Amino acid sequence: MTLQHTALPRAPFAPGGPFEIDHERARKLLTVALSQGGDAADLFAEYGLGASMVLEEGIVKSASRGVSVGVGIRVQRGFAAGYAYTEDLSWEALLRAARTAAQIARGDAREVAEVTDRAHPERYLVSVPSIVVAGAGKRDLLLQADRTARAADSRVHRVEASLNESVRELLIATSEGRFVRDVQPMLRFGVRVIVEREGKRQSGSSGGGGRVGMEYFDQPGKSVDDHAREAVRLAVAMLDAREAPAGEMEVVLGPGDAGILLHEAVGHGLEADFNRKGVSNYSGRIGTPVASSLCTVVDRGDLDHGRGSINVDDEGFTPTSTTLIENGELRGYLHDTFSARHFGLAPTGNGRRESFRATPMPRMTNTLLLAGPHDPEEIVRSVQNGIYARRFGGGQVDIASGDFVFSLSEAYLIENGKITAPVKDVNLIGNGPDALSKVTMLGTDLQVSDGIWTCGKEGQSVPVGVGCPTIKISSMTVGGTAVQGR
Amino acid sequence: MGTNQDDMLRDRADTVLRRLLDGGATDAKVVARAGQDLSVRVRLDEVELVEEAGTCSLAVRAFKGKRVATSSTNDLTADGLDRLVSDALELCDLSQEDPFAGLPDPDELAKAWADLGLHDPACDGVDADDAVRRCQRAEKAARGYDPRINNSEGASFGRTSGGFYMATSGGFRGGYHGSYASLSVSPVASDEGGKNRTASYWSARRQLAKLESEEAIGIEAARRTIALLGSKRVPTTTAPVVFDPDAARSLLGAFAGCVTGDAIYRRSSFLLDHMGERVASPLVTMVDDPLLHAGPGSRPFDGDGLPARRNVVVEGGVLKTWLLDTYGARKLGLKSTGSSASSTGSGAGVSNFFLQPGTQSHAEIIRSTKRGLFVTGMMGFGFNAVTGDFSRGAVGYWIEDGALAYPVSEVTISLNFRELFSSIDAVGDDLDLKSGVASPTIRVAQMTIAGS
Repeated sequence: MTLQHTALPRAPFAPGGPFEIDHERARKLLTVALSQGGDAADLFAEYGLGASMVLEEGIVKSASRGVSVGVGIRVQRGFAAGYAYTEDLSWEALLRAARTAAQIARGDAREVAEVTDRAHPERYLVSVPSIVVAGAGKRDLLLQADRTARAADSRVHRVEASLNESVRELLIATSEGRFVRDVQPMLRFGVRVIVEREGKRQSGSSGGGGRVGMEYFDQPGKSVDDHAREAVRLAVAMLDAREAPAGEMEVVLGPGDAGILLHEAVGHGLEADFNRKGVSNYSGRIGTPVASSLCTVVDRGDLDHGRGSINVDDEGFTPTSTTLIENGELRGYLHDTFSARHFGLAPTGNGRRESFRATPMPRMTNTLLLAGPHDPEEIVRSVQNGIYARRFGGGQVDIASGDFVFSLSEAYLIENGKITAPVKDVNLIGNGPDALSKVTMLGTDLQVSDGIWTCGKEGQSVPVGVGCPTIKISSMTVGGTAVQGR
Repeated sequence: MGTNQDDMLRDRADTVLRRLLDGGATDAKVVARAGQDLSVRVRLDEVELVEEAGTCSLAVRAFKGKRVATSSTNDLTADGLDRLVSDALELCDLSQEDPFAGLPDPDELAKAWADLGLHDPACDGVDADDAVRRCQRAEKAARGYDPRINNSEGASFGRTSGGFYMATSGGFRGGYHGSYASLSVSPVASDEGGKNRTASYWSARRQLAKLESEEAIGIEAARRTIALLGSKRVPTTTAPVVFDPDAARSLLGAFAGCVTGDAIYRRSSFLLDHMGERVASPLVTMVDDPLLHAGPGSRPFDGDGLPARRNVVVEGGVLKTWLLDTYGARKLGLKSTGSSASSTGSGAGVSNFFLQPGTQSHAEIIRSTKRGLFVTGMMGFGFNAVTGDFSRGAVGYWIEDGALAYPVSEVTISLNFRELFSSIDAVGDDLDLKSGVASPTIRVAQMTIAGS
């Protein structure tokens, strides 16, 4: 691959930029923010560059780029926050934002500590961010996806391929004196095909990415051709899908993307804002069993180049590995500064936000269910009558009750220990602790999903990763249309 | 919003348009926006968040012959505007010739339009203290409704208002102002088995005075929360399913996604090849009407600059038209329906898309249901637009002998959309246009309910 590229544009607030925010200016703004009192203040500056290219009907129809820049200033008073952001980085506009945020507080001005640089680990250093690589080579990748998909099967009627890239440059400064910068690259590639046969139509898609450069495509199983063929395989396999069963049965989830089960069933319920407020069904249950003893669940912001990985969170703290559940027992929550203060704990580096337009809250990074002792094939063999799910469309949870759903986009019947006929798109529904207590077998084959998942919470989207081994759940409600004889 | 801002938006858009054309674009479209937002959250009577901001952005769509590119920015410095223009021009050389690309025929453009009442200055007048008081009153009403309400996820008030201006090299110039205010409350009650229950209720309008009262919103949220206590699964079965307006709205939104020109030329709709055919019960008439006074999705012209118009998409169960923008219409050899949803991207979409209300009250529909499920909320993403297969999680109540017997949760409902819309056998009179897609209560004759 040719790596012709231009220099990465730097944020206007970066050193030497037209609106540089250095230690002194950051401290001055934080001082204004705390001029009416308040417990703490922070500043979040973001410069986001995005680009996308979309192919359909054999041509790259449109290419686009976007710039989003702004600074948000927050003042905390107890568990209340005043927040203001500005897209105009002039000094007057920044001061105005600081004064607006300060209105939440009532009292005497607070001292701001000397701000100093804080170092952080590098978890996604890329030699060249893909966004600055010359576009012609990327256009060729999309055209190649089109050719490969069409060549893979004569029933392919349509191919869509897309490449989305971004780089987010951050500066975070706090009244406790932290001053942190990070540059967060992201790449996401996807192929979607529609196959048709005798009036039947079905779609299939495959994609991936992460905080990676163009070298992503050099990894085994992740080339453009691999994704194109996988999308076709999936669509063709599902052409013959039959009505899915309805009711409770044994369910086996394949490794990798099935991690969205954890994301929904436990992950959200363990975000500590819900627990600080006592509204999660996991509130007050630390130290108690909430899953089968096979289950150990961790949140790891430190995976190399992971879609959900971050060197620092959006409050300037470095996440590592947070154990949420250990051998079935609830160990801890995911924290931002608010919830950490409430529980008297250190932040876990999970304070994330979609952009400078919103305030941070506890969010997952890469959430994993660790490997168990069972041979994946043995797991399938153990099922008499059930469902095997390989690919997933997404999920959702009701935090208060813990009820969650996730949808299957590639699933098969298991009959007498063998994977047999494909079944139509269907939802599974369960309750977090109940479903996890029914994990009766866990494979040795832990996989982390390729980088496709985005998590939405209170209107804010952030990229996340998930991962798990093959999982057997002894009973779960399958939401098909075919009511079985009883 | 004063005229200063209008002048500023117009100047910015015109300047960038000229620079694109001078720089080598054969055609271009520029959209300038500016807005002011306030959002406030109160929980357990305490302020949790006060957030204020003003925003300003520019987006362009440039053409070099049949090659198209888009770019956008909120960096309005000289450097930022240089980059916006050069990005779009440079990216045109990267994209490939699309024979259907281009601005609409100038004869089709909107030239004058009526004031649709989209902006209410009273919205802009709500300051943080006022918003906090509104949240406090709503949450207080919810918490006072029943002693079993023992916690709260809080109450939120948001208002947004802004101006929009569009200019194209094809001769379109126009803009308008809009506003929107909303208030929601989410009380929490403890249930058996360590579960909490919460149901939220919200009201939203372009006109501040038309919001439901804080007390009414709080009480309705509390009533819905309390009604979920003791909910359980039902055995797997098939039965009639009644959808309340919020749940029915989500079905209608999924249906709307399958009638756009984009879904059709992409062959990604279960309705493909069914134009002019019966696709729903005779009780079903679906309308997309951008011209409703103060409607949440109302607009005087579409993203291509064509006059907005009312489109009857399904009439008496028969599919009458796709929703088309200029591009999708060209692809399909049809005429645009004035439904371009996006001013710089391409694609058709809904404005105010609703199911025409019937004559039965919500209560009559429940009463005339012998046994079935009344769905008040749905979860998950279980819809395949290509095949029409639908399966989602649901909460609500079990209906026995025409009355709500007990609350139900942790079940799924499923049926292919062709059968689902064809078997609608009751349509309520309770349409509330609080969002761009809206429906009255509806009943589907039979669906599969998967539970225990």
